[in-house]
Amino acid sequence: MNVLALLIPVSLGLGALGLLAFWWTMKSRQYEDPDGDAARILRKDYDDTPAG
Amino acid sequence: MSATEAPAAAICPVCPPMPEGPVAPRVKVDKDGTTAMHLSLPTIHCAACISAVERGLLRVDGVAEVRVNLTRKRAVVRALPNVSADTLVAAAAALGYEAQVLDGATLSAANSDRAARDLAMRLGVAGFSMMNVMLLSVAVWSGAADATRDLFHWLSAAIALPTVAFSAQPFFKSGWSALRVARLNMDVPISLAILLAALMSLYETLMSGSHAYFDAALSLTFFLLAGRYLDQKMRSTARSAAAELAALEVPTALRMTGDVAETVPVKEVAVGDILLVQPGARVPVDGTVTEGATEIDRAFLTGETDPVAIATGNPVHAGEVNLTGVIRMSATAVGEDTFLHGLSDLIANAEAAKSRYNSLADRAAQIYAPLVHLLALLAFGGWLWVTGGDVRFALNIAVAVLIITCPCALGLAVPAVSTVASGRLYRSGILVKHPSALERLAEVDEVILDKTGTLTRGVPTLAGANDLPAHPLALAAAVASGSAHPRSRAIVAAAGERGLVLPKVTDLQEVPGFGVEGKFDGRRVRLGRAAWAAGATGDTGTVLAVDGAAPVAFAFEDTLRPGAQAMIDSFRARGLSVTLLSGDTEAAVSRLAGDLGIASYRAAMLPDEKAGFVADRTKAGAKVLMVGDGLNDTAALAGAHVSMAPGSALEAARVAADLVLLSSDLSRVGTALITAVSARRRILENFAVAAIYNMIAVPIALLGFATPLAAAIAMSTR
Repeated sequence: MNVLALLIPVSLGLGALGLLAFWWTMKSRQYEDPDGDAARILRKDYDDTPAG
Repeated sequence: MSATEAPAAAICPVCPPMPEGPVAPRVKVDKDGTTAMHLSLPTIHCAACISAVERGLLRVDGVAEVRVNLTRKRAVVRALPNVSADTLVAAAAALGYEAQVLDGATLSAANSDRAARDLAMRLGVAGFSMMNVMLLSVAVWSGAADATRDLFHWLSAAIALPTVAFSAQPFFKSGWSALRVARLNMDVPISLAILLAALMSLYETLMSGSHAYFDAALSLTFFLLAGRYLDQKMRSTARSAAAELAALEVPTALRMTGDVAETVPVKEVAVGDILLVQPGARVPVDGTVTEGATEIDRAFLTGETDPVAIATGNPVHAGEVNLTGVIRMSATAVGEDTFLHGLSDLIANAEAAKSRYNSLADRAAQIYAPLVHLLALLAFGGWLWVTGGDVRFALNIAVAVLIITCPCALGLAVPAVSTVASGRLYRSGILVKHPSALERLAEVDEVILDKTGTLTRGVPTLAGANDLPAHPLALAAAVASGSAHPRSRAIVAAAGERGLVLPKVTDLQEVPGFGVEGKFDGRRVRLGRAAWAAGATGDTGTVLAVDGAAPVAFAFEDTLRPGAQAMIDSFRARGLSVTLLSGDTEAAVSRLAGDLGIASYRAAMLPDEKAGFVADRTKAGAKVLMVGDGLNDTAALAGAHVSMAPGSALEAARVAADLVLLSSDLSRVGTALITAVSARRRILENFAVAAIYNMIAVPIALLGFATPLAAAIAMSTR
């Protein structure tokens, strides 16, 4: 069972990493316009004012 | 978004008169001198649309930046203050996209961004913790014992307790604020369940007990937060339509002392004072015209945008706009006695009466919250008695009951249904402003409609424009181009549509209250009131008169909005009675009612009569849907069971309305009704399922068979 001492911190760390990533997406407002962002990335014209 | 969160009560003393159409949004000027304006673009749907709108609007002079949001079907335009919202709407229309200005009155509905982001963050943290604790719990359920179990419980506690402290705050705050005024809301049992589950589990962990509810506390927090998040997106900041009327009050008046005009605060005007009202200014107080003739915009009283001719002896009211000539008036009512002030009192009363609506979820919570507390208390007391004083065991059962009965149907299903329904309506061009608007819409059994600006566009168009001979029409358009009168604009637009080349007319001059005159080929040309232009008597129609030629008459009509007939038909198909209330004349109203097949109508209704009619129907037990756009409809809109205003309506009307029709197509109102009814049915279905579930689960919990594992399974299956 000693492997738990390693695995539990690892799993918590990975989870925290995910939480951090979520916090970053919130902070950089990536949920403001998901449809628009999906469409914009396929456009040919250069985006002068990308969101976030 | 911040630019439009400016204080709602900004009253501008120098507001230009706005006889019709959307009122310009209140704006905050930024450092670089630009202001942000929000446009709703219900028809954009693709990448090409984004490019077209952004490039097209950037070409408008003074526009600094355009950003389209495809998800919300909106555009934020940063432009210099001299760019009017109407210019942008016209530019978007030229690109082939229907646009509406979103200002304070309509925007507030979806403008709760910061609160929503805050909730999303709490939701994210709760989700993360829930998954981790759930993994640890699975280990415990599958047989971890002794030291391992205690370690896992301690780990769970270390994750769960800070999470509960952070994520469940919205419930604690709302529950506490209800308790403080000695009331119960849905958040009281929720907070109690979360808190008791967390503390009970901590105690069990301390005592090396075998059951801990950390996972249940967290999944409750997570699911209910998800519901709260959806709910937040629907909520709008309450604003009072009565306050909007303050914008129509004029702070100063021009008082005449002999032949000298002095500017005095309107408060100092007394009954009997003689006041001067310039063209373009609002009438400061109620009074009678003593000198001069003009045309005034009486839209706030009658809803009619067609100017009314006024001469000596006629009454005028505070808030009306003097359009063309200078008049002197003698004040007859000032301050709180003016008609405008009475109207705002009327609206305030109607608003106060309406805020008492209890939504389905509220009503369910009122039954549910006390019941759950009673059950938990009974379980606690009962088991205390049965076990002969085992507090720990009895408390465990009580916590299990609280967790099992937690109101996921109320907390998650109802907001989810409402969100989906309002999202669908928004895509079809209807903005739901009030959280309970859909529910109330589903209960409607009677419809009351306004005429001008609601069923019709409220803008005159030239009747039979294509049958008129080309020459007089082109000449009339050339003369009309010198005037901003709605009828002049209709003539210019009709000539433009036929592609006529306008002849050159010189010495154009507008004669206030009568029309426009100019010189063509050395002859005098007059366009305007028949009596003035052609010397005819008793006729008020518009004619074009050239010296030495017979006058040509122009007729105007107000066109129906698209979908009006379809809307009426859909009401009739649902068995709703339809009534037309209008401030217009008997003849005009009965003609329109006949065209649309509306049997019941009332003409020449004053604002208080409209509100009174709605109040009477409500008193008679009818659930009234009011659709209207003008200031004269605002009190009726505020008083109706549920109300709707077109996007082109006056700001006060849009504030008072529960739903705003962003599309110009009226048939969408019928769609909204269908969506509202099916949303209501889904909500009731959810209540039924929740009731069945509780009938099965509660006895199990009461008898003490609900282990944390059983609670977790129960929570994930509903």
